[in-house]
Amino acid sequence: MAKILMKGNEAIAAAAIKGGCRYFFGYPITPQNEIPEYMARELQKVGGCFVQAESELAAINMVYGAAGSGARVMTSSSSPGIALKQEGISYIAGAELPCVIVNISRGGPGLGGIQPSQGDYFQNTRGGGHGDYRTLVYAPATLQESVDLVMEAFEVADYYRNPVIISGDGMIGQMMEPVEFKEIPKRELPPKDWATDGTKGKRKPNIINSLYLDPEQLEKHNWRLKEKYDRMVQNEVRYEMYNLEQAEIVIVAYGTTSRVVKNVISILSKEGIRVGLLRPITLWPYPEKAFDEIPETIKALLSVEMSTGQMIDDIKIAANGRWPVYFYGRSGGMVPTPDAIIEKVKEILRGQR
Amino acid sequence: METIFRKTEGLTDALFHYCPGCTHGIIHRIVAETLEELDVLGKAIGVAPVGCGVLAYEYFNCDMYQAAHGRAPAVATGIKRVHPDNIVFTYQGDGDLASIGTAEIVHAAHRGEKITTIFVNNTIYGMTGGQMAPTTLIGQKATTAPYGREVAHAGYPLRIAEMLATIQGAAFVERVAVNTPANIRKAKNAIRKAFETQIKGEGFSIVEVLSTCSTNWGLTPIEALKWLEENMIPYYPLGNFRTPGR
Ligand SMILES: Cc1ncc(C[n+]2csc(CCOP(=O)(O)OP(=O)(O)O)c2C)c(N)n1
Repeated sequence: MAKILMKGNEAIAAAAIKGGCRYFFGYPITPQNEIPEYMARELQKVGGCFVQAESELAAINMVYGAAGSGARVMTSSSSPGIALKQEGISYIAGAELPCVIVNISRGGPGLGGIQPSQGDYFQNTRGGGHGDYRTLVYAPATLQESVDLVMEAFEVADYYRNPVIISGDGMIGQMMEPVEFKEIPKRELPPKDWATDGTKGKRKPNIINSLYLDPEQLEKHNWRLKEKYDRMVQNEVRYEMYNLEQAEIVIVAYGTTSRVVKNVISILSKEGIRVGLLRPITLWPYPEKAFDEIPETIKALLSVEMSTGQMIDDIKIAANGRWPVYFYGRSGGMVPTPDAIIEKVKEILRGQR
Repeated sequence: METIFRKTEGLTDALFHYCPGCTHGIIHRIVAETLEELDVLGKAIGVAPVGCGVLAYEYFNCDMYQAAHGRAPAVATGIKRVHPDNIVFTYQGDGDLASIGTAEIVHAAHRGEKITTIFVNNTIYGMTGGQMAPTTLIGQKATTAPYGREVAHAGYPLRIAEMLATIQGAAFVERVAVNTPANIRKAKNAIRKAFETQIKGEGFSIVEVLSTCSTNWGLTPIEALKWLEENMIPYYPLGNFRTPGR
């Protein structure tokens, strides 16, 4: 198929439909409105259904109902709206239902702003919901990668019966790039014989539930969930290593920020300064094993984020004291400039040499 | 031998956990009987609330959900949009529906969502131990209204049936009580009409059922039935507020 030029939010919505999504429930919020708008136009053409919910709380609970009914279903929102969905996400994880949740994040806290931000790293990877649960989090850096990951997210969600979050910032949602809708790898998926569609008098009732009043049973359930999350850690980690050979510093960055860092790397290489990039594609499970591939030439790690420092916690856990970890970030909707990152790299090198 | 009475197929064999004198059990039974009599058990999908009815998913003999507190109408919306030919219902208490979940019930009605809601109004939060609900009557004591509900402090009790009846998409709205055999028969009749409204695709339907909570009201079961009659019915008048085509 030929490449077509699309806006990020529309490409994400189109990819969802190509990935089998037939139901979408959402509530308007900038900068992700093109997703529900696209779904409102397109889902009915493929026999699906779009509902504008009265709130994000309602939207995520509609997702719970549709996912339990066996459908491929998605919701999208931006930071404050995702915060409202957290209770529902916890229920969906507890009841082991598959769904895809897109967070085109903006600046916070509070009403914050509407410009791109990575201040939702904690919210996406730790969740704001209660209990022992995890969500798989993809952080695409380009629109092509967004399209690929959104399509795959539905397979992965069904495979694990777990919510999958697409973490994009406002930049990913709003920019335009050429994309191609390719076939994605299909997983072997068992039939959804747990879904509710009426017993027709032929089977025992199916029950979608996250309540276990007996603490021993709840503990058992939670350890079983943990085993599932461990399988995700084992099998679903994704990352990109770029220009690490002979590098002195590794910048760790994801999403939009990683693209600025690639510019930085090419500018610095002309000056003879070699910098590498470690780009997590899954924010959870975090690519800890990528850090084992970091070559001996590396003197320090630098986390570059569009936040005041959130992913840096995971970098420190993964680095486990092997390298000093520095930070450069912009917050509130400001995007780091290559110049500022270059200055930070040089400052670190002056200290290290 | 001729069978003259048997338990409805609409209920499982699980034993109810409800307190002695609680009318949740009666309401479960008439809902289940109605599903069986309308021959829709095999395509029924129910949504249990957070509240004393939380374990309804173990009692109704059909596909079931347990929903977050107040969100059952949103969950039912998701189900019904995927399975428009199934019969989808929610079963909710007055904390669940009239407090934390007011937005969800109002907007399910507003969209004319083709679902049926059984709304159990016992004027109190039963499961959490007797706190004040929006439906708690003036002067009625609750653990968070220890001197009785005062209007100046907590406002007037919320009349849900009347409120929802103002919404165009709410095709069938009726308030019933289960304090006497005659009222139970009327309640069952209303529940049947509500499900028929859904089966015919006429819009949202709700039956508000005045119910007792002898445990948290601090009354014997018989006193509780009397209290319902003397105090609840005067403030929450029984009757139909909306019927399709009327
Ligand atoms: C988000 C959330 N808030 C509060 C609770 C605690 N809670 C459980 S049941 C309940 C009240 C239920 O009362 P009602 O809906 O009137 O039903 P009843 O128990 O009287 O049948 C509350 C507040 C909860 N489970 N979840």
